[in-house]
Amino acid sequence: MAEYSALSILKNALSGNRDWKPAWRKPEPKPSYDVIIIGGGGHGLSTAYYLAKEHGITNVAVIEKGYLGSGNVGRNTTIVRSNYLLPQNIRFYEHSMKLWENLSHDLNYNVMFSQRGVLNLVHSPSQVDDAIRRGNAMRHQGGDAVFLKPLEIAKLYPGLDVSPKARFPVMGGLLQPRAGTARHDAVAWGYARGADKRGVDLIENCEVIGFIKDGDRVVGVRTTRGDIRAKKVGVAAAGSTGRVMKLAGVDRLPIESHVLQAFVSESLKPILPGVITWGGGHLYVSQSDKGGLVFGGGLDEYNTYAQRGNMPLVEEVMSELLAMFPGFAKVRLLRSWGGVMDMSMDGSPIITTGPLPGMYLNCGWCYGGFKATPASGWCFAWTIAKNAPHEINAPFTLDRYHRGIHIDEKAQGATPKLH
Amino acid sequence: MLITCPYCGPRDVSEYSYQGDANRRRPDPASTDQAAWNAYVYDRVNTAGDHKEYWQHSAGCRVHLAVTRNTLTHKISSVAIARDVVVAERKEAAQ
Amino acid sequence: MSPRRTSAGGRIDRTRSIRFTFDGVSYSGHAGDTLASALLANGVSLFGRSFKYHRPRGVLAAGIDEPNALVTIVKGEEREPNIPATMLEIYDGLATVSQNRFPSLAFDVGAINALGGRALAAGFYYKTFMGPVIGPLKGTRFWMFCEHFIRRAAGLGRAGTAFDTSRYERMNAFCDVLVVGAGPAGLSAAKAAAQTGARVMLADLDAVMGGSANWSSETIDGTPAASWAAETVASLAACDNVRLLPRTTVWGYYDDNTLGALERVTDHKAAIRKGEPRHRHWAIRAGKVILATGAFERPLVFPDNDRPGVLLASAAQRYVNEFGVLPGEKIAVFTNCDSAYGAAEALHAAGARIMAIVDVRTSASEDARRIAASVGGEHLLGHAVVETEGGKTVTGIKVQPFDPVAKRLSGHARHLDADCLIVSGGWSPVVHLASQAGAIPKWDETLQAFLPAEPSQPWVGAGAFNGHYDTATAIAEGAAAGGATTDEDSLPAIGNAAPASPPAAVFEIRASGKSFVDYQHDVTAEDVRLAHREGFISVEHLKRYTTLGMATDQGKTSNVPGLAIMADATGRTIPETGTTRFRPPFTPVSIGSLAAERFGEIRPERLTPMHDWHVAQGATMFAAGLWYRPQIYGKPGENIEQAYVREARATRTDAGIVDVSTLGKIAVQGPDAAELLDRVYTNLFSTLPVNKARYGLMLREEGIAFDDGTTWRLGENDFLMTTTTANAGKVMQHLEYYLDVVWPELKVQVTSVSDQWAGAAIGGPKARQILAACVTGTAVDDDALPFMGIVHGEIAGAPVMICRLSFSGEMAFEVYCGAGHGLHVWEALIEAGKPFGLVPYGLEALGTLRIEKGHVTGAEIDGRTTARDLHLSWMLSKKKPYIGSQMIEREGLVSPNRIQLVGVVSLDNRPLNGGSHIVERLDVQNPHDSIGHVSSVCYAPALGKYIGLALVKGGKARHGTRAFVSDPLRNRFGPIEIVSHHFFDPEGKRMHG
Repeated sequence: MAEYSALSILKNALSGNRDWKPAWRKPEPKPSYDVIIIGGGGHGLSTAYYLAKEHGITNVAVIEKGYLGSGNVGRNTTIVRSNYLLPQNIRFYEHSMKLWENLSHDLNYNVMFSQRGVLNLVHSPSQVDDAIRRGNAMRHQGGDAVFLKPLEIAKLYPGLDVSPKARFPVMGGLLQPRAGTARHDAVAWGYARGADKRGVDLIENCEVIGFIKDGDRVVGVRTTRGDIRAKKVGVAAAGSTGRVMKLAGVDRLPIESHVLQAFVSESLKPILPGVITWGGGHLYVSQSDKGGLVFGGGLDEYNTYAQRGNMPLVEEVMSELLAMFPGFAKVRLLRSWGGVMDMSMDGSPIITTGPLPGMYLNCGWCYGGFKATPASGWCFAWTIAKNAPHEINAPFTLDRYHRGIHIDEKAQGATPKLH
Repeated sequence: MLITCPYCGPRDVSEYSYQGDANRRRPDPASTDQAAWNAYVYDRVNTAGDHKEYWQHSAGCRVHLAVTRNTLTHKISSVAIARDVVVAERKEAAQ
Repeated sequence: MSPRRTSAGGRIDRTRSIRFTFDGVSYSGHAGDTLASALLANGVSLFGRSFKYHRPRGVLAAGIDEPNALVTIVKGEEREPNIPATMLEIYDGLATVSQNRFPSLAFDVGAINALGGRALAAGFYYKTFMGPVIGPLKGTRFWMFCEHFIRRAAGLGRAGTAFDTSRYERMNAFCDVLVVGAGPAGLSAAKAAAQTGARVMLADLDAVMGGSANWSSETIDGTPAASWAAETVASLAACDNVRLLPRTTVWGYYDDNTLGALERVTDHKAAIRKGEPRHRHWAIRAGKVILATGAFERPLVFPDNDRPGVLLASAAQRYVNEFGVLPGEKIAVFTNCDSAYGAAEALHAAGARIMAIVDVRTSASEDARRIAASVGGEHLLGHAVVETEGGKTVTGIKVQPFDPVAKRLSGHARHLDADCLIVSGGWSPVVHLASQAGAIPKWDETLQAFLPAEPSQPWVGAGAFNGHYDTATAIAEGAAAGGATTDEDSLPAIGNAAPASPPAAVFEIRASGKSFVDYQHDVTAEDVRLAHREGFISVEHLKRYTTLGMATDQGKTSNVPGLAIMADATGRTIPETGTTRFRPPFTPVSIGSLAAERFGEIRPERLTPMHDWHVAQGATMFAAGLWYRPQIYGKPGENIEQAYVREARATRTDAGIVDVSTLGKIAVQGPDAAELLDRVYTNLFSTLPVNKARYGLMLREEGIAFDDGTTWRLGENDFLMTTTTANAGKVMQHLEYYLDVVWPELKVQVTSVSDQWAGAAIGGPKARQILAACVTGTAVDDDALPFMGIVHGEIAGAPVMICRLSFSGEMAFEVYCGAGHGLHVWEALIEAGKPFGLVPYGLEALGTLRIEKGHVTGAEIDGRTTARDLHLSWMLSKKKPYIGSQMIEREGLVSPNRIQLVGVVSLDNRPLNGGSHIVERLDVQNPHDSIGHVSSVCYAPALGKYIGLALVKGGKARHGTRAFVSDPLRNRFGPIEIVSHHFFDPEGKRMHG
């Protein structure tokens, strides 16, 4: 397959763009593979890519019930950051950040990772302490974080209400300069193309309807396109994890599926330099390269598999955006959508062998899945290839809940809607 | 989404707080069955379809409701006072 | 293109002139004009520039579907970008500017992008800008360099940063029937529904209700359609059970027939009455919804189809019939269906010349042939337009023979004169709301359109929404939907009925040149085919790869043509290719309207009864959740530290008083109240005597500490529980959940009484003397009021309840009274304290006093710590189970690696900071190996040192050792000593007196 470059664009332009080849093949499923990954979203595709690239395992199929990237990788607010508090999370997301920083080159696909900075505003002395504690935690593990004063923030974000009369006055902000945004679809497509180039079969419109088992051991999947056997089956199905795992006979898991709505405004000339979040509630906003304000808030807070939310949350998110930027009242909301989040019991993910022999599980991403895409795939590929976790994902076990080894970033306990 | 509170009538979802999975059964307080406790605290059925769950009418009469709601369509098929349901279930289990 | 105002006709008020500006030039229009119609009437045909290639663009449509003519409204510093000129009613003083052009609309340097042409095809940016792998531009730097310029070139209008001074409003509405769309179908539906006595709401996005009746050339029962509409609207307006909502777009269809609608209340007014909102956001709960949302006309896709002067046939008809504006003098028609013939007839009747009717079909209906003959000009069947000529406006077209079945051109192209080309590519029913409600639209091969599927919520459709484009059927369906009993005879007769026939299955004429599918995002037919070649063939991939349908018009004119071109490329049918699911909002909605009253007032403010007193005494107030609490009562010249040190010191030497009204307070009452407390607290409460209080700790089910506070036994079955301020709501909900769902057998009533009680904590060596001086009805000496005892009495005539408990470590009392007496009692205490040196203190001093004592608060009970981590194991009863009791022995909760509460003392006599980390070895350049963090800090006047509480790995084992605070974010590093958290009076002698 041809490399992408400025030169290839010019050459193809001269021939009327008639010679571009498909970004990935559309193969028929083979009867068996070394590894099957269930879920052709960001994490499934990156897992396949790293299986091929890092471990030389190329006899791999990614099984996707819809089109590639139809899940949360194409439904998020595109934020990439590693500004966590807990050491396990910092290590994992820093690993992801390093992969992000070279991802376009690695994939030969411009995922438009733009390190525009993520700024978390804080509004009370205790929030200041918490933010600084988190920033210091990052700095003690090699990450980047600085604390900005209100005046510095006002310069960066004209239109931000930094007045002391604000309901929740801005008392500062924790900035991670290396954080930013990436073009979400491009991440899925780049990984897909990279995996395909290395021989991975990407099988779209192929829904898993059951598992083939030998005793307890998973030895393949039944799909709408026939039975496919495999030595190892990895599940990376995000919001659909519960449904897929039930097919394997795993009835209960420490996750719940919830809907998270996201929003984009009409296209505007540049007005927000980076990602900014509000601490008076739950809101994050940035501006895409096309000019739309991309923003979101909390969950709708009920179990659902419908990629559809309700109006109270819409009103709440809009109110919070205007609490930050009162000038945006006249900007218009263009589009909203919903993604189904696999909310875990401590807000942190699960990347593990098992729970059945022959099976590997990657889930529990809550809101955090997009930024985790590279490291999730990287760690999951390692875990599948070696039958054991890498030290980076070793803490993210399934049994940690029962053992009481929580990685509770938001300190909310076993209440998934609050993570 | 509207939930019909048996006391207050149909009310917007914004008046309610989601109180989670109603399929779980808390072990007897004196139970020392650690596995049962762990399952109660952490494991969820996460049904795709009709899901039994609790809602509190927190901006209304504050009663907890036992609701069956389809997680694919959001259609609510039953609402009852949670206490009544729990008491009835216990009676049934005792028999 | 040479548009002009006709001499007569239209529903504009020609007697009223209105002045407005566009790009600084002043124009005049009439009342009833939109910006688009008024500018056209002034001969303006260039409205904007396209997104990517900056091509000149005019108006394509006449309504909400307009992709090109977007403007920014400017009012002083406030800006409202991206408003379709077709939806903007003019008013005196309206100031608008064009967008996405530099330096001017006529001369735009961005047009150079057009030269990039094919190199800028769909998705090109994914393939380049990655930059070098090594060197100074490695990593993301080269992309970010390029991105800077891309971002500046992209974007449409400029948003304002000034505070929007408009008011926004929210309304809840309930109705039996909501009718969406006030065209013939909607009006008929509303009328029928109103006659059944139902509560009806009728919403329409236009200023004047009537829909197509306002611009069709038909008569209904012998009167012009527009008059029929006006009469129907008037009769509805006279009904008490009908609410009419013009200028109201129903944009969202949520669960259980909850719909969102935006009413533009004053956007069309030059002067706004006091209190009138700009927009009103309606949350409507409807028993039944009637979707009479009509249909959008589709353009055809052919080279240079975006030149100003090309517009939709229905739009042209609307401009002439509704606004009295002819879009051109010499008009050519290009169509694949009959409806454009009706438009041609209307334009001809208003005085335009019809140069040619170019129809891709090889034969036309009788109606069509009749009209073609009557309007004159060539009637070219089996032909297609293959080019438009001209610069910034159409000056001619090229036509060529075309086979609509093989979709192939033959013969030669020839020139035709025209200054305007009106186009029809068939119609697409507006199924957006039905799709939002959960129904996936179905393709209809005959109508070449997506039709609504089976309703997934209680709605019915009527008229063009159902694909029934003729007015008679629309009115009949509307009446039936509204609940009228079917009576053929009572339905009106349609005169001069508009020709309606299904379109030919032709969406694109392939010829050389840029053929636009999505005008606003500059997506061409070639881009769609490129997406196909690269494998982006699923409709969602097509959309995401090319950005087709993602612009502000959300693909209203482009979705179906784009899909058809992809279907053609893949050799699949349109339904096999798929349809996108429509999501809210149907059209863009102002963010201000959705925030409504919460704009400028995001959260309520909670104020204690003594709030005004604090403010009057010069307290610095700050937000603690929704509450406001005094931070310090600063005196002139004092900084924060000086103020709180003075307050804390005075408390330890004399007495201090602090407002604790914000604490959560819950009345726990009933025969099983004590049993409930035993179950939710880790320690025992059933053994607590009446008129005594006890400090309690709650865990979450996982065994993690949740909240703490004192609970007072006021009677055998009557307890008053206090919680932390932050967790008041959570604890209440926690109790209610367990009582309803887990322990329904317990006979307990819990009631939140946080707002009913005011509280003041008064502590210090002289606290008891102060109470003795003002409390009546009870003694307050050691016998009457021992440690943790409770008495009832009066202060200045107001009943009070006093508990002797201490957070500060001093002899201290909490005095509670009814909230209405709060200020009165507080002032009496202040007055009584004057001879004793009583000072009011704020949160900083409160923190200082409790840190000196080693008491934990939310910074330590932070949702991750256990009772053991906080040295509260002594509170874990072994005599009974309680929430979390079975979970606390698990591996993760007893791990020696956990962090544990300690005290820390600054050894460099500089302040410590909350959020600092703690390390064994200091490395300022490259901090690492944190062993914990500082959670709370203060200057401790009792010790004369800067101290803090901290959570550190190893905890107690480190007492007496040295470490360092490491705070790279504030560049504060320095030595500390780790000590016990009980800094001051560890034996509690002062408190027990």
